[in-house]
Amino acid sequence: MSEPIVSGSAAGPAAVAVRVSGVRKAFTALQVLRGVDLEVQRGTILALLGSNGAGKTTLIRILATLTRPDSGSARVAGFDVVEQAAEVRRSISLTGQFAAVDEILSGRENLVLVARLRHLKGPGAIADELLARFALIEAGARRVGTYSGGMRRRLDIAMSLIGDPAVVLLDEPTTGLDPEARIEVWGAVRALAASGTTVLLTTQYLDEAQQLADRIAILHEGRIIVQGTLAELQQLLPPARVEYVEKQPTLEDVFFAVVGTRNEEHR
Amino acid sequence: MTTHFITDTAVLTGRSLRHISRSPDTVITTALMPIAFLLLFVFVLGGAIRSGTGRYVDYLVPGILLITIASGIAYTAYRLFLDLQSGIVERFRSMPIARSAVLWAHVLTSVAANGISLALVVGVALLIGFRPSADVGEWLAAAGVLLLYTLALTWLAVIAGLTAKSVDGASAFSYPLILLPFISSAFVPTDTMPVPVRIFAEVQPVTPIANALRALLNDHQVGSDIRVALAWCLALLVVAAAVATTAYRRRTA
Repeated sequence: MSEPIVSGSAAGPAAVAVRVSGVRKAFTALQVLRGVDLEVQRGTILALLGSNGAGKTTLIRILATLTRPDSGSARVAGFDVVEQAAEVRRSISLTGQFAAVDEILSGRENLVLVARLRHLKGPGAIADELLARFALIEAGARRVGTYSGGMRRRLDIAMSLIGDPAVVLLDEPTTGLDPEARIEVWGAVRALAASGTTVLLTTQYLDEAQQLADRIAILHEGRIIVQGTLAELQQLLPPARVEYVEKQPTLEDVFFAVVGTRNEEHR
Repeated sequence: MTTHFITDTAVLTGRSLRHISRSPDTVITTALMPIAFLLLFVFVLGGAIRSGTGRYVDYLVPGILLITIASGIAYTAYRLFLDLQSGIVERFRSMPIARSAVLWAHVLTSVAANGISLALVVGVALLIGFRPSADVGEWLAAAGVLLLYTLALTWLAVIAGLTAKSVDGASAFSYPLILLPFISSAFVPTDTMPVPVRIFAEVQPVTPIANALRALLNDHQVGSDIRVALAWCLALLVVAAAVATTAYRRRTA
């Protein structure tokens, strides 16, 4: 019915798409976030790294207006997530941990549904364009229930792009995918950033952060303990003492060094 | 946000109606059990039941319709629960849409699905000799009572769908609602029941609602039970809708 609302450009410091300061959140006695500070520059990919239970999903849910912070403030595209939740919702899209697609509808119908809910004109054309972009044309008429994991994720991400949100939040976009599907999703995320969208993605895979992100932030026990580019993070450790072979620390080394523990149970 | 309420609700209702049209078995199975009860009571037990002056099938049908609604709304709880599980509700809630549209879409879908199931049951009843004497106005009034009852029970189903911990839990709440008509005037008049049972039967909502429907369909009158029936339906509807809406909001905490 109405025209899409241009988001983000009107308010806030233009260069920062996501600004989180001092955000705390507890569920009953459990302190999940203990004062998170984070900034994501416009048009960049920030990877939020952390183990299971580090609070990544909680932070994403706060940014997506699904959970309220107990204290602190978070602004997305210049809008406060509590005070201006409606404006935030117009500026973002969320792709949750489990592909939230309608299995009974076809891929095309899923896209049309989201386009209609974003009140866009020509939902059919929007759907067709995205099916083409995500290599889903042949599958478009099939029920999503028949899709592979990678196809579902691609559809899920395609649904997130409808209405050109300024900020895309991806919560563990490749968890549970096989290596091939992961590479498909990485391609989709890179294409997103190339088109100027700000991407905040969470992951527990270090190579994923290394592959995709402009900047990396490590969330541990409810706080961001480091953030920076990969090169900056690597400089946190003195280069390995050279005796016979010179070896740069991998991001994995950095991660476990700054986190402080190497939890053998995880791997 | 409210400006889009109608279009958003329409889009989401279209989505769940499509779900139903792709699994029509949910509508048919909703109608099957009430039809089985109808046939059982008319052809097996009905001969031994004294229901008054009229024919038993005419006496029985209103109660069967109430059972149909009670079994139909279980699917609303089921579908809502699955939507919450799959994360699609989270996706909708993070989008710029009217928030209550998600619940209203399920409610309107329930009304449509129950309407079809009720039509199937009435069709079978007509085939086996149900001959209501109601005119168009009385039919419409009866349909209005059924609509209110459907809305009231559907909002109860929404509460169940929102708060359930498992798929089974989401639909199990409907069993007492399906059984309630058995301890009411739906199958037999209450006067032969032992006093405690009779008191329960006459106090609970199904008796006045069944009586009101019977008066409209068979007796050319509004009947004395209609006020109690409407009061029950509206009160249930308002309370259940309020509780459901609060439960839905609270998920954002």
